[in-house]
Amino acid sequence: MLVEVPDAVAAASLAAWARRVGLAAEEVVPGAATVLVDGADPSAVREALDAWPGDTAPVGPGEPEEEVRIEVQYDGPDLGLVAAHWGCTEAEVVDRHTSLELVSAFCGFAPGFAYLAGLPEEWAVPRLPSPRPRVPAGSVAVADRWCAVYPTASPGGWRLIGTTTATLWDVGRRPPALLAPGTRVRFVAA
Amino acid sequence: MSLEVVDPGPLTTVQDLGRVGWAHLGVPRAGALDRAAAARANRLVGNGRDAAVLETTVGGVTLRARDATTFAVTGAACDVRCDARAAPYGLPVTVPAGTTIRVGAALTGVRSYVAVRGGIDVDPVLGSRSTDTLAWVGPPRLAVEQVLPVGVPTGPLVPVDAAPVASASRVLVLSRGPRADWVEQLAWQALDGASYVVGADSDRVGLRLQGPDVGRARTGELASEGIVRGAVQLPPSGQPLVFLADHPTTGGYPVIAVASDDGLDACAQWRPGDRVTLRVR
Repeated sequence: MLVEVPDAVAAASLAAWARRVGLAAEEVVPGAATVLVDGADPSAVREALDAWPGDTAPVGPGEPEEEVRIEVQYDGPDLGLVAAHWGCTEAEVVDRHTSLELVSAFCGFAPGFAYLAGLPEEWAVPRLPSPRPRVPAGSVAVADRWCAVYPTASPGGWRLIGTTTATLWDVGRRPPALLAPGTRVRFVAA
Repeated sequence: MSLEVVDPGPLTTVQDLGRVGWAHLGVPRAGALDRAAAARANRLVGNGRDAAVLETTVGGVTLRARDATTFAVTGAACDVRCDARAAPYGLPVTVPAGTTIRVGAALTGVRSYVAVRGGIDVDPVLGSRSTDTLAWVGPPRLAVEQVLPVGVPTGPLVPVDAAPVASASRVLVLSRGPRADWVEQLAWQALDGASYVVGADSDRVGLRLQGPDVGRARTGELASEGIVRGAVQLPPSGQPLVFLADHPTTGGYPVIAVASDDGLDACAQWRPGDRVTLRVR
């Protein structure tokens, strides 16, 4: 069943809530404006939806007030491009990026790759015309209205503004993703 | 108990029922592509249905039994040899330690399954022994000289004289999906009964269908949303793609239909160039 919601933050909020109330489902997958509930009894899903308070405030998988801080070396190859696009200096890109209050909306593309919502509309950044064949793990990136960190080395078309040594993905950790949907995130300059 | 890999073939992976419950973190489910064949192999050697098996791809696999063992081969039909002797396909075979088990290239279909009594006992990753070939979560693909641990049998070995299997279907039954309204009404009528050819770039991620373009009722992109196994996605090319076990967890092209569960096992055995018929329920 695919549930449509107003936006990514509402999707993350609903998915986290469904997990918290223990909705019996194989998968609960938030998207940019939907929540997929797979392997569940449809009537149980409808019942749960009726009970959803509809609060769009994000509810993290752990402590609600917990915020993950990610230290970034702002040394990415596209830092100048993003500065030009935003009409500011590279130092101001760092100021703006570290001022953002972000929330992990959903994961996709690769395990632990979280789409972080909270970049204002006017700071949306176009993707590269063609993706780089290899983006190193730990690359801090922006594209459209999303921020992200590449958890593993992969091809990628996002604009790279920095790097972090934080471990975004570790199958031996619970949860394996540092930025599970619903997690609040702030970048800090290293 | 263990097996040694003599020749892994073009692509042989460990598969079980898949990695359930991690899609929200971007982890594909994986698991045996032809689930009925994998379950049959496990039954033939007295394993539970959640035991891990080996899944070959077209070219077979060669193993050496380090201990006396019982195995069975199902899925894509193939020659099975124990040292130089022919052994039955689709039935349990018990061999002494040191035997070389050669699972030949697929004669029909794509993927053969090798179940070993006790199950392949590699370390699970996030609760599953399956290899996902999209993000490579789980055990790596089989490599030469790799040693595969074998688990302890959990159930009795049931005598089997014959285990006939229905011939593979060439029909894929679709139900309308969440974005069915992205397709023109006339295109729906055309899809029912339409003939498509299986594309050469089909793999564990998806089965690509080549044939008449499916007309879109609307253009543009969709915001990324969750995808299920069996989702039929319609990219701008108009050529549908049926997502299989290693599908990405989210995607931005509209899911116009969902394939029936039984049909997905058949998808695992269709070869590039095979002609298949779509039906819309």
